Amino acid sequence: MAYHSFLLEPISCHSWNKDRTQIALCPNNHDVHIYKKDGTKWIKIHELKEHNGQVTGIDWAPESNRIVTCGTDRNAYVWSLKGEVWKPTLVILRINRAARCVSWSPKENKFAVGSGSRLISICYFEQENDWWVCKHIKKPIRSTVLSLDWHPNNVLLAAGSCDFKCRVFSAYIKEVEEKPGPTVWGSKMPFGEVLFESGPSGVSGGAGDGAGGGWVHGVCFSHSGNRLAWTSHDSTVAIAEGGKTSTISSLSSETLPLLCVSFITENSLVAAGHDCYPVLFVYDGTKGSVTFGGKLDVPKQTSQRGISARERFQNLDRRATSSETTEQGLESLHKNSISQISVLEGGKSKCSTFCTTGMDGGMVTWDVKSLESALKDLKILFLCSQSLKSALKDLEIV
Amino acid sequence: MEALQAVLKNPPINTKNQNVKDRAEALMLKVLSAFKSSDIEKAVQSLDKNGVDLLMKYIYKGFEKPSENSSATLLQWHEKALSAGGVGSIVRVLTARKTV
Repeated sequence: MAYHSFLLEPISCHSWNKDRTQIALCPNNHDVHIYKKDGTKWIKIHELKEHNGQVTGIDWAPESNRIVTCGTDRNAYVWSLKGEVWKPTLVILRINRAARCVSWSPKENKFAVGSGSRLISICYFEQENDWWVCKHIKKPIRSTVLSLDWHPNNVLLAAGSCDFKCRVFSAYIKEVEEKPGPTVWGSKMPFGEVLFESGPSGVSGGAGDGAGGGWVHGVCFSHSGNRLAWTSHDSTVAIAEGGKTSTISSLSSETLPLLCVSFITENSLVAAGHDCYPVLFVYDGTKGSVTFGGKLDVPKQTSQRGISARERFQNLDRRATSSETTEQGLESLHKNSISQISVLEGGKSKCSTFCTTGMDGGMVTWDVKSLESALKDLKILFLCSQSLKSALKDLEIV
Repeated sequence: MEALQAVLKNPPINTKNQNVKDRAEALMLKVLSAFKSSDIEKAVQSLDKNGVDLLMKYIYKGFEKPSENSSATLLQWHEKALSAGGVGSIVRVLTARKTV
C-alpha cells in the first residue's frame, strides 16, 4: 500500500489514463493537474485551465485518450491531446446548476453528466455539425444526481441521487448505436426509461424505516452488469440483482456513511467514506445477503510502551479516562474522508489493485493480494483463479 | 425483557398524530427505566439490527425532553446500544425522515 500525498488541499476527483502512468486530478480549485509517474515520484506535466468553477468530475477515456471534465460553472469540456498540449472543446450542457459527476460510456462514444439541476445530460458527438449535443433525462429525478455508472452494454446508466433513490436509466441514443439486446434489467429501452428504482431504504418488514434512507453517494455496476451496488448516507450498502424486482439486500453498517463503492469481483465490493479506511463487503447471491468482510487498512502495531503516571493524569484531565490507548491521530493511511475509489488493474471482475483519493490530498494504491495475505480472515471470492503478481510489479508499468 | 420487545414491535412511525407518538415515547421511557443496570446489556444483545436502530431513535427522542432521572438511564442504554450498533446506528437516527 503506497501512500502518496499530492497536496494539502482535498482532491475533488481523479482519473487514470489507460496504462496507469498518468493521473488527472483536481486540487479543489478551477484547474485539472496531470501528473506523470516517474519512478516513485510524481511530476506535474500539464495544467488544464479552462473552468471557471471547481472541477467536480474528471473521466479519462482509456481507448480514445480523451478527458472529459465537468464543474460548478455548469460546463463540461472534452480535452484531446494534440501533440504535447491538451485542447479543450466546450460542451453545452443546458443545465442551470452545477455539474456534479461525469462518466464516459464503455464504448466512449457518449458521456453522462449528473448535475444539481435534477437531471442527467447524455452527450454524444454529432459528426455533421462537429459538435457535442446533449439530451436530458429529467423524470423522475427529484434532486441532485450525485453519482453515475454505466452498464457494460453502453446503454444502461445507474444514477444515485439526493432524493434517496438509486435508479437505472436507459441512455440509448439512436444516432450513435444500434438497439441493445435485452438484459436482466429489462428489454424495452427507449431513451430516458427508468428500468429500476430502489425502494425507500430497501429493507422490508420489521421495524425498518419507511421512506427513509439517505442520499445515494456512490453507485457501481458489477462487471457483468447484472448487479448494482450503492451506498447511502444512512450508513447502508445495498445490492440489487437485475431481473428479480424485489431482491434488494442491504446492510446497515456500523461505520460512518460510505461515499464511494466499487466491485472488485462479481461477489465482493470495496467501499470507503467518512471513516477514512476502505472496507470490504461480500455478497452472497444464493442467500441474497451482504456481509461485512473487514476493514482493509491494518495499522502497524505500535509498540506497547508503559504509560507514565503523568500521562495518566493528563489523559484523565483531557479525556476523562486513564486508558492506555493513545488514539490521538487516526491510525488509517488516509487522514480524512475518502471521496473516490478507482480500479487500477484487473477490471471490476478480478481487481488486483485499486486506488483511493480523499480530502486529505493524498492518494493510496491498494493491492488486493497483499491485503488478502495480511488479513487472513478476508475471504474474497474469485470466479476463477488469477496468477499472483507482487505489489511492486503491479505499480511499475513501463 | 418481554416488555421491551413488545414496546419496540409496533413503533408509531407512519402516524402523523403527535399524541400517539408522545404516549409511545412515555411508555418506552417507563420500560427503559424499569430495567436494572446489569440487565441492560442482555436486553440490547437480544435485539436484532433493526431493533437496535429503533432503540437508538427512542433514546435520542428521550434526550430531547429530560426529566429528573431519565438522562442517566438513557445514557447507560446509549452506551450499550452504541457498542451493539456502532456509529452507523446514530447516523441512521440522524438521517431517518420518519421519526418515531
